[in-house]
Amino acid sequence: MTTIENTRKRAENDAKTNGYYLASDQELLKDLLEGLHKNEQRYGYPSCPCRLASGKLELDRDIICPCDYRDPDVNDYGQCYCGLYVTKEIYDKKKSAKPIPERRPLEKQGRAYTISTEQTAESAKTAIKKTPEIQTKLWYCKQCGYVCFREDPPYVCPICKAKREMFAELDVTTQVREKIS
Amino acid sequence: MQTVKVAGKNNKHHVLLYAISTCGWCKRAKKFLNENEIEYEYIDVDLCSSEDRNKIRQDIQTRGGPLAYPTVIIDNKILLTGAPQDKLREVLEL
Ligand code: SF4
Repeated sequence: MTTIENTRKRAENDAKTNGYYLASDQELLKDLLEGLHKNEQRYGYPSCPCRLASGKLELDRDIICPCDYRDPDVNDYGQCYCGLYVTKEIYDKKKSAKPIPERRPLEKQGRAYTISTEQTAESAKTAIKKTPEIQTKLWYCKQCGYVCFREDPPYVCPICKAKREMFAELDVTTQVREKIS
Repeated sequence: MQTVKVAGKNNKHHVLLYAISTCGWCKRAKKFLNENEIEYEYIDVDLCSSEDRNKIRQDIQTRGGPLAYPTVIIDNKILLTGAPQDKLREVLEL
């Protein structure tokens, strides 16, 4: 069971690795860390505190913190959507964090609404029917070889920081060889 | 829709807030309304039924707003995404 302290440590380490800072507004920071912690407890993964999650891992993968949209948002606005991760400039309060436009595509946002949150058998049935089809593929980074299995390639390679354009779909064919005994 | 009603001295306008219970900006919006003693009603979209979720989605989208929270709807006509305090002050005449 993770504690709120683990959530904080994880965010601090992640900020350090990427050269970001955590929100300097201590109240906002506390609220966001508590939100992440609560989501981890109720969904089993720390989905973004400021976005509506479906509660289904495969539909929420892009908004698990740090979300897919963090790096391009920090790049364009100096902060992530929630304002948890910021640049040094914003951290030093030369600018203050503010709500920024949502970069997550609308069709992905819609997934949190089609999923039923009720546990009754009837609604679970309709929820399954309504669950959107997701096509997961293998992607590899042409720069460093990192491979991931997901719907879209990441905006930034988590290993070598190459941009999304460096990712290509990996076509794999598996062959089952018969054992010669 | 199951909203929570918060009493306040200032009830000049009808204020409806769509929020997410874990969101820092939504908490800030609630705090702002409380501190200014505004009467309002809110609903945490992550905690409500799927039926209400869809009603909220429809309501925001027919008003032309993005599906982002907090969203404040004032007097059933003005939609403010992100609940910017300067705009809120202006519309609520604070
Ligand atoms: S917007 Fe910020 S806090 Fe929210 S998931 Fe992305 S990185 Fe985490």
